[in-house]
Amino acid sequence: MWGSLAEAADGSTEVEIEAGTLRELLDGLAGEYPGLAPELERGISVAIDGRVYNDSWFTPIKPDSEVVLLRRLKGG
Amino acid sequence: MALDDRSKTRDFKVIGTRPVRPDGIDKVTGRAKFGADATAPGMLTGRVLRSPHPHARIRRIDASKAEALPGVKAVVTRADFGEVPEDVFDILDNCMAGEKALYDGHAVAAVAASSPAVAKRAAKLIEVEYEPLPHVTDVDEAMKPEAPALHEGRTEETVPEGMSPNVISRVQFGHGDIEAGLAQADRVVERTYRTAATHQGYIEPHACLASMGPDGQADLWCCTQGHYLVRNTCAAILGMEQGQLRVTASEIGGGFGGKTTVFLEPVALALSRKAGRPVKMVMSRSEVLRASGPTASSSVDVRIGMTKDGRITAGFAELRYQGGAYPGSPVDMGSMSAFAPYDLENVRTVGWDIVTNRPKQAAYRAPGAPMAAFAVESAIDELAKGFGLDPLEVRLKNGADEGTKASYGPTYPAIGLMATLEAAKSHPHWSAPLGKGQGRGVACGFWFNFGGDTCVSLNITPDGTVTVSEGNPDIGGSRASMTMMAAEELGIPYDQVRTIIADTGSLGQNEVTDGSRVTFAVGLATIEAARNAKREMCRRAAMVWGIDEEAVVWEDGAARPSGPNAGEHPPMTLAEIAAIASNTGGPIAGHYEVNAEGAGVSFATHMVDVEVDRDTGATKILRYTVFQDAGKAVHPSYVEGQFQGGAVQGIGWALNEEYIYGDDGVLQNPGFLDYRVPVASDLPMIDTVILEIPNPGHPYGVRGVGETSIVPPLAAIANAVSEAAGVRMTDLPMSPPRILAAIENG
Repeated sequence: MWGSLAEAADGSTEVEIEAGTLRELLDGLAGEYPGLAPELERGISVAIDGRVYNDSWFTPIKPDSEVVLLRRLKGG
Repeated sequence: MALDDRSKTRDFKVIGTRPVRPDGIDKVTGRAKFGADATAPGMLTGRVLRSPHPHARIRRIDASKAEALPGVKAVVTRADFGEVPEDVFDILDNCMAGEKALYDGHAVAAVAASSPAVAKRAAKLIEVEYEPLPHVTDVDEAMKPEAPALHEGRTEETVPEGMSPNVISRVQFGHGDIEAGLAQADRVVERTYRTAATHQGYIEPHACLASMGPDGQADLWCCTQGHYLVRNTCAAILGMEQGQLRVTASEIGGGFGGKTTVFLEPVALALSRKAGRPVKMVMSRSEVLRASGPTASSSVDVRIGMTKDGRITAGFAELRYQGGAYPGSPVDMGSMSAFAPYDLENVRTVGWDIVTNRPKQAAYRAPGAPMAAFAVESAIDELAKGFGLDPLEVRLKNGADEGTKASYGPTYPAIGLMATLEAAKSHPHWSAPLGKGQGRGVACGFWFNFGGDTCVSLNITPDGTVTVSEGNPDIGGSRASMTMMAAEELGIPYDQVRTIIADTGSLGQNEVTDGSRVTFAVGLATIEAARNAKREMCRRAAMVWGIDEEAVVWEDGAARPSGPNAGEHPPMTLAEIAAIASNTGGPIAGHYEVNAEGAGVSFATHMVDVEVDRDTGATKILRYTVFQDAGKAVHPSYVEGQFQGGAVQGIGWALNEEYIYGDDGVLQNPGFLDYRVPVASDLPMIDTVILEIPNPGHPYGVRGVGETSIVPPLAAIANAVSEAAGVRMTDLPMSPPRILAAIENG
């Protein structure tokens, strides 16, 4: 998780969540770490194995996938 | 959608060629309709009254004299807008001030009248009683606890207590141990870099025509990068259902991110609702500069350590961006992208979002990234040259590649940075001799690129030509590239396909044209829509031949029997299948709707030669070469144009462009005479080298190309100017007075 998010998750840069999809991941994060709620509500992007996803809840996450939470990406 | 295996080796017939652009003739003959070209029977002229104060409480607005003027049909103020959802509150407040005017040029009222002259007179008759308040326009000043506060209660939980209410949020990214890394360095550069706010400089001012009927249904024609965004935002602000507002995008005379929000549109709709007549509004150039969205200005502290053999041991940057009067500067994007080109064990960025009494910033091409790259790439250049090392070799030594853990978190898949560096190193430009007073600079840049919600409808006409409807305004050649991708998939000539930009009533939701997303996402949807149409045409052919549809394939623009049991049948071309569509089930179309995820990141390396006149401080750009990864260049001329455009806008940002505020908080240069954008005579030909490292998330390997090209120029030019002038330049723009002062101060 990016630094600010880690600060809101009791300082953990890495967390363990049981999740097979992006939605399960986000639900799990919100349940396990209530301090993340403001950032999650503002919106985040998620990099799964280096590819960025925004809103596709049912994007599968494989057991060995690298999942990185990012600030919501904005472009011009 | 994954890269087609065969795309790596396939012999494209249309992709990669350079056909004539479909909007070209209309644009060079004046036939194209831009935002200000819209008209409607009974149309009124709308005009905005703007605050002359940078910060003032609005005590009272009396429009009675204006309303009494013959020809005036409506006046609106904030009181004419009701409560709005939280996510559009700032947008409304920026379009029409509420309790306070927050910057010079902030809209406080608007009038609709029978002619421009009457509207102008009426606006002058609107009486506004202001209580001027202290103001702040500088990013570092705004952070001080004693600075005038724009808002209260807007600070996020990420900001430590005790800071100015102007500090809205804090982000940080990175990994490793900065201090331990710096301790391993043979030298550490520690500097502060500053960039001025600049405007996207689009030639076409904002313009729209709104028409709302007494039944609440409304139409809006406007110049925008995202008419679906305009629809959704205006509907929320006006309290309308989205389906009751149809928005049609005009041709666009440039946007570069600045037309990804609304300014006039909700006001025009409110005026039309009140007047019961269509209302047209067009900004002047002065209004564009004072009251649309320039980019953020920045102040960035950097510490980078390097060993004498060129290995970066640690990189740290603290970025402070002011985004105008409302939260939302792109400091998070700057913080994520600052060190993205490098493979670093120890890296950290901290970003602060700050509000000031300036217009609310809007996106500008790779928002936030150019300023961050300017700081980091300048420091790396200084370190490399300090050790007598080749700055390209230093970048090759530290550059990110497949498998690198990016500074913002993820592990990179296949990326193209190294290819751009290798191309730069082997290019004749790198070894060309320089003359006296000249310098050469290089810099790298990174951008994320996005996907998002996308709809495409592809229709087969009865005569066998094809129309493609997409929902993204064509700001950089999307009609050409969609036409090409459809033609490629269908196996028909380019000129047999026409792509149009559909209005919001004709397709489902489409994300705004931003994030370099369109060629990737809309292209992906176009390819899938064409494949759906091909499947249907194969099915129709199978019906005619009386065979299973699985025994039919599509090749070279025709359905063909395939397989041992298909039998002998002559191919049926697209036109032949279209001609009998009514007999085989009805019209044929292909659709595709998707949230296109999986956009591939993009990298560029820029190289520039400059000459600095030590007597006048003027800088001349002598030679410029862009090396960028496009994934797959659909229409190389457009790709080159994107590369060139980014470089040119970067040249303006680096050398001349600057929002200049006086002590009174008023913008001093709201016009193109004093806000100096580069013109053709300022520039050499911008050379381009297209690299093609396929994006694994697109069938043809396409990556976005529209934004990355503006990331490296600020630093590349600063590195060149620093070499030519013999002094490190840390503040942009490097205008002649600033260069002279730097030379004088040594």
